[in-house]
Amino acid sequence: MKKIFAYPRALTQKRTHYCPGCTHGIIHRLVAEAIDDLDIQERTIGIAPVGCAVLAYDYFDLDFQEAAHGRAPAVATGIKRVHPEAIVFSYQGDGDLASIGMAEIIHAAARGEKITVIFVNNTVYGMTGGQMAPTTLPGQKTTTSPYGRDTATVGYPIRVCELLATLDGPAYLARVSVHDPAHIVRAGKAIRQAFAMQMAGKGFSLVEVLSSCPTNWGMTPVQALSWIKEKMIPYYPLGVFRAPEEVTGDDV
Amino acid sequence: MERVMMKGNEALAEGAIRAGCRFFFGYPITPQNEIPEYMARRLPEVGGVFLQAESEVSAINMVYGAGGAGARVLTSSSGPGISLKLEGISYIAGAQVPCVIVNVARGGPGLGGLTPSQADYFQATKGGGHGDYRLLVYAPGNAQEMVDLMGLAFDKAEEYRNPVMILTDAIMGQMMEPVVLPPLRTVTAEQPWATTGKQGRKKPNLINSLGIVGEELERINIELQAKYDRMAAAEARYEADGTAEADLIVVAYGTSSRVARSAIARLRQEGKKVGLFRPVTLWPFPQAVLASLAADGKRFLVVEMSAGQLVEDVILAVNDRAKVSFFGKLNGTVPTVREVYDRIRSLLPEGGEG
Repeated sequence: MKKIFAYPRALTQKRTHYCPGCTHGIIHRLVAEAIDDLDIQERTIGIAPVGCAVLAYDYFDLDFQEAAHGRAPAVATGIKRVHPEAIVFSYQGDGDLASIGMAEIIHAAARGEKITVIFVNNTVYGMTGGQMAPTTLPGQKTTTSPYGRDTATVGYPIRVCELLATLDGPAYLARVSVHDPAHIVRAGKAIRQAFAMQMAGKGFSLVEVLSSCPTNWGMTPVQALSWIKEKMIPYYPLGVFRAPEEVTGDDV
Repeated sequence: MERVMMKGNEALAEGAIRAGCRFFFGYPITPQNEIPEYMARRLPEVGGVFLQAESEVSAINMVYGAGGAGARVLTSSSGPGISLKLEGISYIAGAQVPCVIVNVARGGPGLGGLTPSQADYFQATKGGGHGDYRLLVYAPGNAQEMVDLMGLAFDKAEEYRNPVMILTDAIMGQMMEPVVLPPLRTVTAEQPWATTGKQGRKKPNLINSLGIVGEELERINIELQAKYDRMAAAEARYEADGTAEADLIVVAYGTSSRVARSAIARLRQEGKKVGLFRPVTLWPFPQAVLASLAADGKRFLVVEMSAGQLVEDVILAVNDRAKVSFFGKLNGTVPTVREVYDRIRSLLPEGGEG
């Protein structure tokens, strides 16, 4: 009988520390499935962020380096330049990538650095207890925007894919969501595409994944998934923002 | 062996190439620009990679990535840039990643100036970044040592899996001197602990400084401290010139040691017994030798281009067994031979032989 579902080889069996209902686990699995599918486990090197995914190296059965907050794209650059044949990816949250690490991500993208970035956007600093992030929506309450994000005083959220799409360096930029099974399948395809781009030496690839944080949003897991669909997607539209001609938006 | 005239900064860069360094990540800052400029020309000739980073912060994190991936990697900067790199240096030390960092020091604090200074001694030897970590710190005394200590720095970085700093200054970096270059060494990035992709290994390699679970952090720190103890026991280097017979010993490194040497030569012509003690490693500090000289009844004069940083290590080493005097320059200028001569003279008893 043909096996149609199995535990990904690129994941360890270790139980994760993620909160109930958090979608990091799903995204880890999609990354691992892409690595398995492309048969690159033995030459893939990951870079873990500072944030909720700080222990990602415990969950992936891959060589890993743990980066300082926001610095993963620079660390990835150093590794990739030493081992150009390796597949190098960073896994970063919104505070890490779009706030303290904004210089690193923009310049890695501008250089067309041949790395893949999995950017998990859940609109809050999860690990530190739900503070306001660069992607926190207008009016959204967090522990450091207790009255709701006031755009008059703290400005507006940053749309990372759109921002990076102004550069010539990126080969592939896509925003996906994991709030329901159909979107999870599409997210998996985009992640696979991003790694395939790197394998083909096309340049910088990034997939932004809209992700839930029931704990810090103060919602049930189900409510949190609905909130992605109803609140996040209107502000952060899904789609492919950059791709070579042979890759169509249908892949997302 | 080739003998050539080189600027100190270029000697450092070529020394790195000869030692098998094939990766450089850096950011422009005066007075070290000759290093990245030299590397930008030279690394492609030997199949290496030069990359100008978007910031000092990114440069040091590229170094962390490349060093963790097993390569011999160099970065260079000057004080304000080194300050920015300290976050990365702490991570590199914590994760036990080998690399070499050059500081061609200029005057501070803040934006300071472009003139030579030795006021980054504390930053180099006492941490600078967060946590209990140590760098092996070399202070070359001439262009030849810039080449030789660079080779040693890469070997020691790998041997101890520890970042190594070369601390020099604007004068040493800009001054031309003849150097004899060693042959080009070929080294590979193949380290058993490096991130390469698993490549068939059963267990993944992890480069990490996080110790968040249970007593993991204590275990990491105990391991680091044991390594620093081994380094302190084995790696102290110094030059002692006429210290055994001296009544007064001048302690100085880098540029100020060169000025001191000229002043001492004049005093010796006058029959004075003055020695020079030049630490070549600023960490580990050659403490035991100074302690034993202090026990022999010597007195000391520390000459440095700072408000007094090296002098603290000398006082600690001497530990009240001898008198330690200090002569420092603060304005980014180099002390003159006459100034140092006069200062030594004032500390010696009249009549010369005392």
